[in-house]
Amino acid sequence: MEYAPPPFFKRGPTALARLVFFALLSIALIVADARYHYLEPLRAGIATILYPVQRTVLAPFQLLGNIGGFFSSQSALKIENARLVEQRLADTTNLQRLEALDAENAHLRALLEARARQPGRATAAEVLYSGRDPFARRVVIDKGAKQGLQRGAPAVDDLGVVGQVTRVHPWVSEVTLITDREQLVPVQNLRNGLRAVLAGTGNDGRLELKFIPLNADFQTGDRLVTSGIDGTYPPGLPVAEVTAVERDPAALFARILGKPVAGVARHTQLLVLDWQPDRPAQPPADEAAAPKRGKTRKGG
Amino acid sequence: MEARARPPQLILLPVRPAFIVVTLALALALNLLPWSGVWILLKTDFVALAVLYWCVDQPRRVGFFTAWTLGLVMDVANGALFGQHALAYSVLAFAAIVLHRRIQSFPMKHQFWHVLALLLLNQLIVLGLRLANGAQFPGIAYFFPALLGAILWAPLCALMRTPRIPKSDPDQI
Repeated sequence: MEYAPPPFFKRGPTALARLVFFALLSIALIVADARYHYLEPLRAGIATILYPVQRTVLAPFQLLGNIGGFFSSQSALKIENARLVEQRLADTTNLQRLEALDAENAHLRALLEARARQPGRATAAEVLYSGRDPFARRVVIDKGAKQGLQRGAPAVDDLGVVGQVTRVHPWVSEVTLITDREQLVPVQNLRNGLRAVLAGTGNDGRLELKFIPLNADFQTGDRLVTSGIDGTYPPGLPVAEVTAVERDPAALFARILGKPVAGVARHTQLLVLDWQPDRPAQPPADEAAAPKRGKTRKGG
Repeated sequence: MEARARPPQLILLPVRPAFIVVTLALALALNLLPWSGVWILLKTDFVALAVLYWCVDQPRRVGFFTAWTLGLVMDVANGALFGQHALAYSVLAFAAIVLHRRIQSFPMKHQFWHVLALLLLNQLIVLGLRLANGAQFPGIAYFFPALLGAILWAPLCALMRTPRIPKSDPDQI
């Protein structure tokens, strides 16, 4: 412990000068991050240092969860087991039909000279935490670049699409949920094949179909699946169900609301797909780079 | 006019640097907890509160650099725009350093309003940056953590002083 006298004459720059310096530095960082995305390596570096701290902080909660699981009663397990066996029987019949349909589909595609759709690889990941930022709907999962995750990969759970991997660090990644305001999913109505763009609203459990003409055939209860035309999501994954259709003749577009099929706000485990779409040959690099940034924001 | 009776002021022991580091790390750990559900109502920005406390108490030790670095760490942990918390904490540190003599001279219930104003300023800066970057106003509940932080100020001060109160008898163990 030191009992140093206060430095009367040597004080360094004034507080205001320091504030101006650090404020300018922060604003430079904000601009560099928001406009030019220069700072991803720095962000990854800090995230790597932070990773053990986060694991340590989360450890007691995971332990509590494990203890809770240990004491789950035998009857509950038996009921779950019976349900799973039943489910498996139902799935087996479906699976057998699927094999036949797959073969038939491959044959028909060969006839049409279309390229086969690749099923791709999937990585199971656990949600570490979510919901700290009130401005965005994001979760952080426990898999990252070391496990082969890539930016832009779709994330699904057992019911449907959850979101998209938007930032990959070495051991963790961020998944932006489809309910985030800036997240758009190209979808297709399962009933009649109409294509649309589904946007998040920033509220859990509410999505909105954008720019649908008043007379378009959407009804309450329609199921929306990914159309796959964006090259991000594989086609045919369930996304949402239409919950309300409002047609105001004074408005330009119909107001169509939906709710996500997947447990977007409550899942603890999800699957990150590594899906490579069959893209046509890309134009030269300098042209391709320009429109890429605005895609998720403007969309449509 | 009679002079107002003031409680006797203790001369506290000097603070150990390790104590500052540990409290800041603890605040960071509290911020990194998986707050969700009902508990999110209890979540306040503990790092802002800790930075504010140390900038008021030890403005020569804890200042802009600490505040700014912790802001960067918070931005990475939240996956937010880089630098927004850094800017907010820098302004918070500035206000705390400039006002530290004033804040310390007030009794606790008046310090409450100072802290509330400073924490609100902190959140307003983050909010302004987010709105400028195209986000939507998340509702009035967004300011609730500032109120909670100001309520926590008095217990926090009492807690942080405890290890620094000198023993009445120096020979006592």
